[in-house]
Amino acid sequence: MDTIKLTIDNREVEVPKGTTILNAAKQLGISIPTLCHFEFKGMDVHNKPGGCRICVVEVAGRRNLAPACVTECMPDMVVRTNSMRVINARRTVLELMLSDHPNDCLQCSKSGKCELQALAIRFGIRSNPFVGPDHAQSSYQIEVSPSIIRDMNKCVMCRRCEMMCNEMQTVGALSAIERGFPAVVSTAFNQHLDHSPCTFCGQCVAVCPVGALTEVDNTAKVIRAIVDPSKKTVVQVAPAVRVALGEEFGMKPGSIVTGKLTAALKALGFDYVFDTDWSADLTIMEEGTELLGRLKRFLGGDKDVKLPILTSCCPAWVNFFEHQFPELKELPSTAKSPQQMFGAMAKSYFAEKINCKREDMVCISVMPCLAKKYECGRDEFKVNGNPDVDFSITTRELAALIKQANIDFTKLPEEEFDSPLGESTGAAVIFGTTGGVIEAAVRTAYEVYTGKQCPKIDFEELRGLEGIRSATIDFDGLPINIGIAHGLKNARKLLEDIKAGKCNFHAIEIMACPGGCIDGGGQPLHHGNGDIIKARWEAIYQADKEMPIRKSHENPSIQTLYKEYLGEPCGHKSHELLHTHYFDRQTTVEVDLNK
Amino acid sequence: MDKIIIKMKKEVSDKIIEICDRFNNAPGELINVLHQTQDFLGYLPAEAQELIAERLHIPTAKVYGVVSFYSFFTMQPKGKYPVSVCMGTACYVRGAEKILDAFEKELGIMPGETDKAGLFSLTSLRCVGACGLAPVALVDGKVFGRLAPANVKSIVNEYREMDKQ
Repeated sequence: MDTIKLTIDNREVEVPKGTTILNAAKQLGISIPTLCHFEFKGMDVHNKPGGCRICVVEVAGRRNLAPACVTECMPDMVVRTNSMRVINARRTVLELMLSDHPNDCLQCSKSGKCELQALAIRFGIRSNPFVGPDHAQSSYQIEVSPSIIRDMNKCVMCRRCEMMCNEMQTVGALSAIERGFPAVVSTAFNQHLDHSPCTFCGQCVAVCPVGALTEVDNTAKVIRAIVDPSKKTVVQVAPAVRVALGEEFGMKPGSIVTGKLTAALKALGFDYVFDTDWSADLTIMEEGTELLGRLKRFLGGDKDVKLPILTSCCPAWVNFFEHQFPELKELPSTAKSPQQMFGAMAKSYFAEKINCKREDMVCISVMPCLAKKYECGRDEFKVNGNPDVDFSITTRELAALIKQANIDFTKLPEEEFDSPLGESTGAAVIFGTTGGVIEAAVRTAYEVYTGKQCPKIDFEELRGLEGIRSATIDFDGLPINIGIAHGLKNARKLLEDIKAGKCNFHAIEIMACPGGCIDGGGQPLHHGNGDIIKARWEAIYQADKEMPIRKSHENPSIQTLYKEYLGEPCGHKSHELLHTHYFDRQTTVEVDLNK
Repeated sequence: MDKIIIKMKKEVSDKIIEICDRFNNAPGELINVLHQTQDFLGYLPAEAQELIAERLHIPTAKVYGVVSFYSFFTMQPKGKYPVSVCMGTACYVRGAEKILDAFEKELGIMPGETDKAGLFSLTSLRCVGACGLAPVALVDGKVFGRLAPANVKSIVNEYREMDKQ
């Protein structure tokens, strides 16, 4: 490979051709400040509009300062990253940005994690010469949707959210609009997010450097429910939470904190601490049975059978196909997501067991996800207006609750989930990452279909972090073609193939977020550090390995559930409680013949 | 959210589809498509932007981003009698700002807006090449020169009367 030698801050460095000054400096341990720049290594995500100008450096022989994030190294370049001129320019850029930014850091939900605040601290901004008359400052209405709060007064126009929404997710809900001070990232015609193709995946929130995009905060609702003596609180925790929550307490990425997490939830005062992993096992029973049912019809020559079957655990993905591919809405499994299966079972099966009325139970979920907040509000998941899952909080919100309750998380003992909705298998925990749902389904479907024990349990061919993966699994002579996509742009590619009739998969797993739930919009912020995602990913498979039972159909609590309550997978009662249907939510233009 | 169906007159949608086809529905031709659509409709209503987005396979948000960025594009339908006040240098130094103020007051609208009756819309522009007559305003294509704020009322009334007949 061609390399280039250059000098940065009086030190020589050799880098491959095409390297930016920013990355060359990094190689020398010089960290040039950035704001709009966002590079998510390993996920093929880049945002470098070169717009914020925080990263400017002095290049000898060049008249103006150069943005380091987009300027490529040239042979014998002489770069200064910390000259007086550079530092003054950076301060001016920061002061200008802060002149159009509210000074409410004390109340801002991003405080302490805000990248603009960090820069203001780093550069010692104490006053601002540019605070202008009122008309120079933009002002926008704060918008609250089921999952996301948009306070565009705080937007710094880095456009990372726009990049995630359009390039990573190909959702197209967000775009930069207007110009000058009114310029902002918004939806078409400035409409509410509810009226846009937004999937509530929350990847925009995950990359927002400031407090412009944040999650709807339900922590106060949690406390209210816990202290209400007339309510029984039932909490469920998603698989991906247990490999990320520790980061909020200074533990190293990839720490598996299942036991401490359980102890924390009990210390917070929830009446029943259960596990979404339990309902993930239930999902496999239903979805796996549905897959086998469709396969058998297909093998029997039924031409109308809907294949490939698509997983339906991810609510952002469900939103995506409802908005963008409604013509394929018969393909996804009708099985509800684990969150919703849990809610449905908690408020029927479990409520009957403890003799609690539906309306006296508050079912709360802890999710790595923002779309889950939206999902629990969907009408089809309510009975007489009472939702199966009352509301959902994110991993970040749980961390905030634990801190408020004076709980020293790292010193907590390891505790166990309550029974019976807390028993689970290794197959359930891998739901937390891309490829996990389909691997769990294969472990069960193989044994149900062939009636034999599966020769292996770790399907390495289904694992990985590449955007689109495929594998053929031998079901004792029957080859099953499996596709996997994560990140909605990758999902889109597979869906286009299906529409074009170029798809030979029997089953496809799709997760909206890059990496799956481990990188959900509600997880601790990773600030573009791909190593954190890798560590969570490894931890998920480690957690699977540590489980005594690793196949969903061997979960004794699930077996009892079918025996006592449901009958058989995909049976009458299951259909009523555990399956759903999808809607066409596409915006279309039609000719009005009356005009 | 439920499915959103946007209804459109057939002649309008046919024409927009024809414009998009003329540019091979290429996403890179968005600005040209918007230009020609505005030429045809006089403005770019949300429905037209939705249809263009659909035809060109661009998110509607992106189409709106372009429409809201360039001041040439407007989402306001033009009035029956568009009023443009010249703000070019010659007109400006001879008091064009006061003329614009007078139109704003008389019509009850700001530049870029159209009155409720759809009769007048108000814009400012840069030089119509009649600097000798400064300050100048155009009403429905007709040039009114050497204007004083006091003339504005009678000009507006002239068109109001004309419309009644």
